[in-house]
Amino acid sequence: MIAYQPSRAPGSAALALLALALAAGFLPVLRMGLEQGLAGLDPYVLRVLRFTLLQAGLSTVLSLALGLPLARALARQSSFPGRALLLRLLNLPLALPAIVVIIGIIEVYGAKGWLGGVFDIYGLQGILLAHVFFNVPLAARLILGDLERIPAESWKLSAQLGLGPLAIWRLVEWPAIKGGVAGAALLIFLLCAASFAVVLTLGGGPRATTLEVAIYQSLRSDFDPQRASMLALVQLALCATLALVAQAWGGLAAGWPALRLQPKRHDGRPTLARLLDGVVVLLALLLLLPPLVALVAAGLLHINPSPLLVRALLTSLGLGMASAALAFAVVWPLATLAVRSGAWRKLASIAVLAAWIVPPAALATGWFISLIAYAGTTGLAAFLVIAMNALMSLPFVARVLMPALAQSAEAHDRLCLSLGLSGWSRFRLVELPVMKRAIGLSLVLALILSLGDLTAISLFGTQDFVTLPALIYRQMGSYRFDAAIGTALVLSAIVLAFSTLAERWSNQR
Amino acid sequence: MITLDHVRFRYEEMEMQFDSNFPKGSFTAVIGPSGGGKSTLLNLIAGFESPEQGRVLIGGVDVTQLPPDQRPVSMIFQDNNVFAHLDLWHNVALGVSPSLRLDAEQKARVDAALVEVGLGALMHRKPGEVSGGERQRVAVARALVRDRPVLLLDEPFAALGPAMRRDMLDLVKAMQQARRLTVVMVTHQPEDALAAATHTAYLETGHIVALRPTADLFAATDMPGLQAYLGDWSGPKV
Repeated sequence: MIAYQPSRAPGSAALALLALALAAGFLPVLRMGLEQGLAGLDPYVLRVLRFTLLQAGLSTVLSLALGLPLARALARQSSFPGRALLLRLLNLPLALPAIVVIIGIIEVYGAKGWLGGVFDIYGLQGILLAHVFFNVPLAARLILGDLERIPAESWKLSAQLGLGPLAIWRLVEWPAIKGGVAGAALLIFLLCAASFAVVLTLGGGPRATTLEVAIYQSLRSDFDPQRASMLALVQLALCATLALVAQAWGGLAAGWPALRLQPKRHDGRPTLARLLDGVVVLLALLLLLPPLVALVAAGLLHINPSPLLVRALLTSLGLGMASAALAFAVVWPLATLAVRSGAWRKLASIAVLAAWIVPPAALATGWFISLIAYAGTTGLAAFLVIAMNALMSLPFVARVLMPALAQSAEAHDRLCLSLGLSGWSRFRLVELPVMKRAIGLSLVLALILSLGDLTAISLFGTQDFVTLPALIYRQMGSYRFDAAIGTALVLSAIVLAFSTLAERWSNQR
Repeated sequence: MITLDHVRFRYEEMEMQFDSNFPKGSFTAVIGPSGGGKSTLLNLIAGFESPEQGRVLIGGVDVTQLPPDQRPVSMIFQDNNVFAHLDLWHNVALGVSPSLRLDAEQKARVDAALVEVGLGALMHRKPGEVSGGERQRVAVARALVRDRPVLLLDEPFAALGPAMRRDMLDLVKAMQQARRLTVVMVTHQPEDALAAATHTAYLETGHIVALRPTADLFAATDMPGLQAYLGDWSGPKV
């Protein structure tokens, strides 16, 4: 049978571009690391590695310790006033840029904060607090997705057989979520091990620093590419190992669970169940609400539309759009091939996985070494930031475009073949109108990621090349915390506007 | 045996009202268009839904406020009747003890039930390793060990082929007669009703339009909705 065969040239070019970006990041690091050999693994590197693992491990345990009961409470109480609102609240920490949430946390728990003195937020405690803030909602949403997939008949059966809470946990809930819990734990560990903004702002000292931040400091403060590449190698090995374990386990927690019709449960009615679930929900609210409220309340007082803010805003939007376009231009030709050929599907998924597991700072080290002669020029910095952000958003763009393209291939390939419709005209006449929501969604997701980025801009930014997150960080650093919180509110508003748009598009698809 | 006394229930836009009686030892098939409330009828009897008004009585006792496990009812669903990670034996044993702590006599009962439904050789397999029909037999065996006087079946054999469906129906029918169970079975197959049910109820838009002896109902000509539902189905093949 003759099948529709898209042109291979654009896909090959995209793949070559990706390979080049990864090689430029990886090879110099590898060479410089191997030159040092084991001697490069000095006590400093080992201490940083140990702290990275410690904080990621503790963050994971704490996030699951609250996220799991929260998911169970939300599943068991399938209707109570404010439930839908609470679910939306759980999306917020992940939609908001890390730097913005950190500002909220400092406003609440910092020395001069509302609850100053409860935690010592500069150091391990602060890092854990911020990571728990981000990852409790993530864990809860992922596990809730698994719990909601339990068929309604299982709940009816449990009710009819009179299973108690323990038996339900053992027989129904745990078997349904154990794979998902392991996946969520790995994902959270990976995110925390590569977390940048949190550790940069709340840790940072030599005692409380992680590989990702130590790389940045070696490159930008100490100007020590040797040490940076050693750290980068360790970070690469760590993230690759985790990602491969996760992959072998059945893939990292796949996708964002959609809100679906809640199957009716019959085990949430007893008073004790309601009481326990109520306490868990209250704890989650105590964790999530104060920083968000503080951000809005204090931010509203301090919005200052200075020329600096406006310029940073325009820079952020410009970079974001450019990196979204670049990510789209790389993924689209690859995806059109991948949905029709097994070999290309393998290639594309390896490329996307590589972009997913390569920690940005490690990659940046290689780029930095490769381009050291041209360092300091704004044009190059902008290009590198765009490239890095595009790379980071590849998995998300691919996850949106692949299913939509597969559907379109299924529906239109034979007709297009018989009409001789291909290439650009097919894109313009068929995919563009049919997939405009998916295309828009993929672009907006990439834009949101780029708007919140602090890693790439910190690594490559220059004095007069500043995005909103970089401006916030700079304002924090120069003791203008009020200005920082105003900027943070502006950034949150923009990001939330885009994510509302994205959510609407993803629901209508 | 089962009495629905002025039961009212609202599901989304549909107002349902049931006022019926299913005598002890009867086998009633419930037919009617999808979305008409057939499953809701079973859910109200089993206690998975609570009526907004009215009472549900089983054996003369008002069970309206009782949770599902305290009603004298077993129910078999179309799908997902078993926990996939437990073997067939343990899935049946759950019907005796929700904590799976069984004494010797109870274990023997589980064994006997599995043998009775023809799963004696497969009792230590996982549900994923047996056929769809065998999984439904597990549900029947569990209903046997639970030994409740009312058995509800919600399109239990819809996913099975004709021969298997007939076998299962015979199994349930034999069980019903041996133990004088009161059975209510939702089905889309007139043959199922004719083969097993003493009575058949025709239900549409939340009301039981008619509840008559099975042969009478299928011969009826006074209900245009029923004729439309049955379409060109040619009647009992003699």
